[in-house]
Amino acid sequence: MSNGKGFEINIQNLSKFFGDVRVLKNINLTVEPGEFVALVGQSGCGKSTLLRLISSLESPTNGQITLNSAPVKKINPAVRYLFQEARLLPWKTVWENVALGSKERSKEKAVNALKEVDLENKAEEWPSVLSGGQKQRVSLARALAGEPKLLLLDEPLGALDALTRINMQILIEKLWKEQGFTVVLVTHDVNEAIYLADRVVLIEDGEIALDKQITLARPRVKDSNFAYFERLILDRVMKNDEAVESETVDRIYAI
Amino acid sequence: MNNRFAVTDLMLSWSIPFTVLIFWYVITLGQSSISLFPPPNDVGNAVIRLLKDGTLAKNIEISTMRATAGFVIGGIIGFLLGVINGQFRLAEKILNTPIQMIRNVPHLAMLPLILIWFGIGETAKIVLISLGTFFPIYLNTFHGIRYVDNSLIEMGKTYGLTRFEVFKDIIFPGSLSSIMIGIRQSLGRMWLTLIVAETVAAKSGIGFMATNAREFMLMDVIVLSLLIYALLGSISDFAAGLIEKRVLRWHPNYRKA
Repeated sequence: MSNGKGFEINIQNLSKFFGDVRVLKNINLTVEPGEFVALVGQSGCGKSTLLRLISSLESPTNGQITLNSAPVKKINPAVRYLFQEARLLPWKTVWENVALGSKERSKEKAVNALKEVDLENKAEEWPSVLSGGQKQRVSLARALAGEPKLLLLDEPLGALDALTRINMQILIEKLWKEQGFTVVLVTHDVNEAIYLADRVVLIEDGEIALDKQITLARPRVKDSNFAYFERLILDRVMKNDEAVESETVDRIYAI
Repeated sequence: MNNRFAVTDLMLSWSIPFTVLIFWYVITLGQSSISLFPPPNDVGNAVIRLLKDGTLAKNIEISTMRATAGFVIGGIIGFLLGVINGQFRLAEKILNTPIQMIRNVPHLAMLPLILIWFGIGETAKIVLISLGTFFPIYLNTFHGIRYVDNSLIEMGKTYGLTRFEVFKDIIFPGSLSSIMIGIRQSLGRMWLTLIVAETVAAKSGIGFMATNAREFMLMDVIVLSLLIYALLGSISDFAAGLIEKRVLRWHPNYRKA
């Protein structure tokens, strides 16, 4: 799947404070090139902050993040960020919005990216005429237009209805397979994380509480194996006080 | 757009002025121009008379020139200051207080000062109009820039846009609707200031024409001056509306059904 086009992410002893509030504490995480990693956790656990740190929208208090061994210091044009809202510029047409993602702002690249998300017939429209799902697909096209090596997805499907969501998940998986970039997806939907990711990382109170390889074959079907993984991670999310941590980890690795 | 609706719209928007004209004609029927309110045909005759001796065209031209020059100068200064103060907190801290202090003095109250400084020549009128048109554009530019959706600016940054590109592609277009409101308010103040300046101290222009006519009790010319002001005002408002439609064509509110 990975053809060397994705970034390797290496996070070492990463901490982040907002004033006196500790948001992330001593995170160590490596993401392989072309890997699809999902960060899950309850809201306020610090998963979005981690994503913002990787994109250098925020800078770490301690520790460092490297992309292919180069430390993250400023916005990297090969890293693209997808927000929960589409954040399209209403005063630019759809293709002009997409062209913003490519360095030379070429219409050709923009239209090609729109073809990937099946919206090239909307290229000349204003964003305000699009539906929520279409807007999010345009913002995905904008991210793709820059030929990213790393895609950071900050709950981009959170505001979509269930059917649009499923379509978007299929689309994201397809594009990831074709283009081989690395993906870090932040979500609070465990089902979505298991459906898409090679690995699910659970963050709790700013620490990694669980790091679980999803060994299901792709394309994933929501069968009993799928349900098993979902149960496992959900239990861990919901009952974080009950189970002893090491036991859980043991049980997971025994499978 | 459907042509039939365009004609209907035009008729509707001119229905009241037209009714007033008829009403005016009827109630002044049989009066002469010496009366306190001249009939419409007297005003019509005044138009022909003043067109023939060339004073009407000359006065309209000079008034329009003054208004435009003052508006352009005041508008550009207001826009630039709005941009600088909107973009740089330090500039706002230094400049906002003096600007607010000047704003709280009605600009027409500055007239005696300006007359003493600049005389009754063109400069004084243009300075006064600039002063009047400056504030609405300044304030609306400033607020427009401050209230641009921050998430869009953040998006621009993550997509590697330079500071200038963020301004050109996000901040400026994002504040345009607010700037257009400023321009419309300024146009209103532009005519108001022009009238005052020309009435108080001028040797030409529509305002002078009206003041001068008062000396000779030329009621038709006085009424004509008022009509010209109304006409110039609606022309400038119409032009602003066209520009607004063009630059905000992306906005759902401006899209044709």
